Amino acid sequence: MNSVDSKPATSSLIGSEADSQRTLYPYVTGTSVVGIKYKDGILLAADMGGSYGSTLRYKSVERLKPVGKHSLIGGSGEISDFQEIMRYLDDLILSDNMWDDGNSLGPKEVHNYLTRIMYNRRNKFNPLWNSLVLGGVKNGQKYLGTVNMIGVHYEDNHVATGFGNHLARPLLRDEWHENLTFEEGVILLEKCMRVLLYRDRSAVNKLQIAKITEEGVTISPPYALKTFWNFSAFENPTLGAEGSW
Amino acid sequence: MSREAMEMPPKGGFSFDLCKRNDMLVKKGLKEPSFLKTGTTIVGLIFKDGVILGADTRATEGPIVADKNCEKIHYMAPNIYCCGAGTAADTEAVTDMVSSQLKLHRYHTGRESRVVTALSLLKSHLFSYQGHVSAALVLGGVDVTGPHLHTIYPHGSTDTLPFATMGSGSLAAMAVFESKYREGLTRDEGVKIVSEAICSGIFNDLGSGSNVDICVITQGEKEYLRNHMLPNPRTYISEKGYTFSKKTEVLRTKITPLTEMVEVIEGGDAMEE
Repeated sequence: MNSVDSKPATSSLIGSEADSQRTLYPYVTGTSVVGIKYKDGILLAADMGGSYGSTLRYKSVERLKPVGKHSLIGGSGEISDFQEIMRYLDDLILSDNMWDDGNSLGPKEVHNYLTRIMYNRRNKFNPLWNSLVLGGVKNGQKYLGTVNMIGVHYEDNHVATGFGNHLARPLLRDEWHENLTFEEGVILLEKCMRVLLYRDRSAVNKLQIAKITEEGVTISPPYALKTFWNFSAFENPTLGAEGSW
Repeated sequence: MSREAMEMPPKGGFSFDLCKRNDMLVKKGLKEPSFLKTGTTIVGLIFKDGVILGADTRATEGPIVADKNCEKIHYMAPNIYCCGAGTAADTEAVTDMVSSQLKLHRYHTGRESRVVTALSLLKSHLFSYQGHVSAALVLGGVDVTGPHLHTIYPHGSTDTLPFATMGSGSLAAMAVFESKYREGLTRDEGVKIVSEAICSGIFNDLGSGSNVDICVITQGEKEYLRNHMLPNPRTYISEKGYTFSKKTEVLRTKITPLTEMVEVIEGGDAMEE
């Protein structure tokens, strides 16, 4: 169709060895990403932790990245595969710019491209071990979608990956509504990230929130959430039940 | 059977005698009978004056809903109730057993049962069965030492917490608790938060569904709110009624109204069985 088709040629080089090296399990992983649509665009939140198994090895991993002019991607799962996906996307955006035709790839197109990559790799039994969130605004149209390592993709008003599916989506289903303001959106995302911080063992208290609107992308500097540990029940939990814990 | 005639059966603990034979049968192709799991959302929280327990009412048998409106909040003592998740038979049997042990203990001591007593009886029973009794419980009650809330896991470990959730819908319910729980809640606030947590489990978890049961326990009194919320009503009954095809000649019309079932609870505990 266009020059984008030749991109898979590089990936087939990687997979063409007879005794191919495949991703069997992830090594350095990022935990959940949560995304919502709000009045002016999309808000994504992700913490900055990269876990090496059960060790929290890297604490400054940026898992939210801009893609071209109209999109924002958040990745969870294997960090090296996420970096590889960023390389593919950089090549994609570069070729798109080289056409120099006044057109630029919107979030829907980028999401479709990612879906094709993920699904094709899965069919070759060599998946990119990620769950991705892709959000963006183009010509006033907001778009928020997700793809995971087996190629399952969909779009919705609020998405989450990993543990976020179990802990954040119930909260979002209850409290999300159309036309959230920026402040309300951030409060909602912080509520979700706080619950994830309390209950996900691979979460780190250092997160970034990224915003994309028609004007462009803003990724906040890293900051920490306030947590509350002063329940009186925690101070002396077995007050009435000595011996238990 | 002849072995038992010769020697006393071992006291307590799990008898692993038949495990080898069961494994052998499975290898030969026997399909083990599936059990009724409750695939549940159960929660408890401590508020200003006591404890509130909540549960959904769906019992599943694999992918099928076996009971749309089962009772997961079990009676232990007049001041102690226990929610159960896991295998329905296990939770029923274990709570019934400990409930009768508590009653005997009350006769023996002449005092109100304490929550730690129920806790110790449950955990030592579950531990001796090494996790094979698949019962995950949320135990709550108010006794002379105050309100208590405990979670008990199938292997016998326990936690003492101000708010707790168990079951397949526990993450959805815990998300609600972590964002909304504060200390010193009033009764109505507590019931509202518990209902929201159970609804979160009902609507976000496939193993939970149907209605919300609530039990509020305070010093000296308890309220069992069976089906406190019915967020999944049947809405598809056709209002048009049944019409015969046009060729049918109507000979006689007789309308029998359905009488309404009225529950008569004569004081006492309706679910004390």
